Amino acid sequence: MTNYDWPLYEVFIRTKAGLSHRHAGSVHAADDEMALNHAHDVYTRRNEGVSIWVVRSSEIVASDPAESDAFFEPAKDKIYRHPTFYEIPDGVENI
Amino acid sequence: MNIATDKNVLLEYVLRLGDNGLILAQRLIELVAHGPELEEELANANFSLDYLGQARLFYSYAGELEGKGRVEDDFAFMRSDREFCNVQLVEQPNGHFGGTVARSFFFDTFYQLQLEVLTNCRDAHLAGIAVRAVREIQYHQRHNSQWMIRLGDGTDESHRCLQESVDSLWRYTGELFAGDSIDDQFRDAFDGPDLSALLARWREIVESVFSEATLDVPDDQWMIEGGRDGRHSEHFGSLIAEMQTMQRSYPGQQW
Repeated sequence: MTNYDWPLYEVFIRTKAGLSHRHAGSVHAADDEMALNHAHDVYTRRNEGVSIWVVRSSEIVASDPAESDAFFEPAKDKIYRHPTFYEIPDGVENI
Repeated sequence: MNIATDKNVLLEYVLRLGDNGLILAQRLIELVAHGPELEEELANANFSLDYLGQARLFYSYAGELEGKGRVEDDFAFMRSDREFCNVQLVEQPNGHFGGTVARSFFFDTFYQLQLEVLTNCRDAHLAGIAVRAVREIQYHQRHNSQWMIRLGDGTDESHRCLQESVDSLWRYTGELFAGDSIDDQFRDAFDGPDLSALLARWREIVESVFSEATLDVPDDQWMIEGGRDGRHSEHFGSLIAEMQTMQRSYPGQQW
């Protein structure tokens, strides 16, 4: 049975301390607390996370795929915005 | 301290813990593929497997304590109904979703309090199992408390259905706190739970959730007991028949 009355929530999981939350998927739930429980039950049952965020899907402001050319295309040829012209000292791992 | 007697008391106490877990696991596993929602379906299966996992730990330990070579499968599948010492609450049929929630809420609230005391009991092995189990049950209890509030304070229909379940299950809650000589000896020899203190704490939690859920606490009434002495309700025979049929038909069968 699918209950269309329950709103959709997007689930974000932090897999370990120090990393950022990443989108894991979505769940249906009647309220915020239930959404957190459902996210816990569905997405962290194999020890995938140390922290969960849930947010109503309807609250997410997303870019429009139809406008992606105008939105993203101009950034593609601006190679000078990448720090590729710097010498990276030995021993620096995370850049 | 009489070592031999204490060991028997511990064995009996551990078996009761195992039986409560196994029978509730079996009841919840009946609901697999019948969940009202995909997400609740997963939650229910997780819960059932948590209880089953705990029952396995208790039975394995019981086998060690008994020292007669019995293993967890012998306790689960080769005992008859009169040899099971779970409380009658956990064997009650699932009913509707609210009935399942109410049964779990009453039991989990008790079981969490029981386990919290057992984490500090004088038997290190049992305390170790309790440390692991209590974290699982804390989440079950939270999940079910939220459902009690959501359904109780939900629609007129959900409120009425849940109140009916509460009223019909209430008579099984007394057994959780009706201690016998095993409970007394376990408390004295192993720093086990004081059941009257547990009852007071249980009432507080139940009343606080009920007040948020706009549910009425049933009046004091006659309580059904006997599960721990092997006397079970009429539903129990078919429950264990279904649970045991594979091992009874093909003894020693392995996956």
